[in-house]
Amino acid sequence: MTTKFTPDHEYIRVEGSTGIVGITPFAQEALGDIVFVELPAVGKVLKKGDEAAVVESVKAASEIYAPVSGTVTAINEELTVNPGLINADPEAGGWIYKIAIADAADLDGLLDSDAYAELTL
Amino acid sequence: MAETSPTNLKTTPLYEQHLAANGRMVPFGGYSLPVQYPSGIMTEHKWCREHAGLFDVSHMGPSFLLLNNPSGDAEADHAAVAAIIEPLICGDIAGLKPGQIRYTLLLNETGGVIDDLMVGRSPLVGGALYVVVNAGTKDGDFARIEAAAGDKAKLTRADADNALLALQGPEAVAVMTALAPGAERLGFMQYASFDFAGEKITVARSGYTGEDGFEILVPNAVAATLWDALLADERVKPIGLGARDSLRLEAGLPLYGHDLDDTISPIEAGLGFAVSKRRREAADFPGAARILAEREGKLSRIRVGLIVEGAPAREGAEILDASGTAIGVVTSGGFAPSLGKAIALGFVPPAYAEHGSKLQVSVRGRAQPAEVVPTPFVPHRYFRQPKAS
Repeated sequence: MTTKFTPDHEYIRVEGSTGIVGITPFAQEALGDIVFVELPAVGKVLKKGDEAAVVESVKAASEIYAPVSGTVTAINEELTVNPGLINADPEAGGWIYKIAIADAADLDGLLDSDAYAELTL
Repeated sequence: MAETSPTNLKTTPLYEQHLAANGRMVPFGGYSLPVQYPSGIMTEHKWCREHAGLFDVSHMGPSFLLLNNPSGDAEADHAAVAAIIEPLICGDIAGLKPGQIRYTLLLNETGGVIDDLMVGRSPLVGGALYVVVNAGTKDGDFARIEAAAGDKAKLTRADADNALLALQGPEAVAVMTALAPGAERLGFMQYASFDFAGEKITVARSGYTGEDGFEILVPNAVAATLWDALLADERVKPIGLGARDSLRLEAGLPLYGHDLDDTISPIEAGLGFAVSKRRREAADFPGAARILAEREGKLSRIRVGLIVEGAPAREGAEILDASGTAIGVVTSGGFAPSLGKAIALGFVPPAYAEHGSKLQVSVRGRAQPAEVVPTPFVPHRYFRQPKAS
């Protein structure tokens, strides 16, 4: 199991051919209190870089982009009633959606945890 | 998530205080100011509604307008200084009592709002007004007032030599009174001078949150001392610009440059109360013809409050009627921490402005239900002095 990152502060935790996508602790800290999450529809086909979800803080809306191409297989319904989970537990309970990865080669273009850590220093 | 560049940004006398409190500094109105502190906008917002919040609003434009040759007759001198500013605005300044403040509007010839501002009559001296304008418009406002004053009065800007703080919330009065005994006797929209650390501070019972509270003009030399002294009280926490905006939005208070601009009239903006009766009857203010006609119902748009279902509708979002036709636009919108839902201010034709009217807002291309509701969204809790019998 590996986790990769985008320069836009999304993470994708890879479990077999599925990726679990969310935003990093750095991102949730920068956004502040999350008050609303617009989730993608299950079955939605995303190309790498497409807008997949929108996370709204008190102040502003931020788009969450697809780190890889694929099809949405599950969404975190809990976020519709408790969007603050993204603040409280961004890497586990605050996941946003799961994606069936279309092409594992997309992962190679993403940052590993060391490279991402360097970016957010 | 852009980093703040400090280039060309002014700092307030409380800049070091914000850094020490780990404020997240952003550019705002030409100044570097904290959008939030580590506890976050939601916590700050709720703290202010329940206890007392301390804001640095030193970016705003406080000033004093003083008659050059006062006669010594306080009433005559007040009438003279009021006569200088009244032609620019729609408020009754001549009728202010000593120490009384009025919210009013600087208007252009077509009745559009150049700025919204506070004008107070000095509690002590005849022929002196305390005038506080918005940060983004202060240079133009001051030039306009100076031109009107000519050689009859002098406008002294107080923004460079002073900080402006706001202490807001239900516990503000107890905190303020501990540092400035007597402040509790001020009613909403009254001000007075107090001694603090060897200097004079100007304390007004006013604010921009809908809560009871104070706005305090304090000389730079003791500004940090006052900030620290207020924060030493455990009922007080510092509040950033983010919660300042969500608090004023819940209070239904317009933000200049968003809910008000030089095309929007006081009537359209729902600020008819700011057109004072005497001025209305005399029709002696800029744009009077338009404003008085609109007051009789001849207007094409009016500001409404909306409760929005789902994602917050932000500034610029279209307002749609029930069938999906665009009828207006959101001018301020966001999440209301006190209500746990999205709210917005926007403009629609009067036919859609009735409370309970079911409309929609377009957010990212999708129509969401929105209902017209009365403002304020959260009731004001100003402190009003009992009327003297």
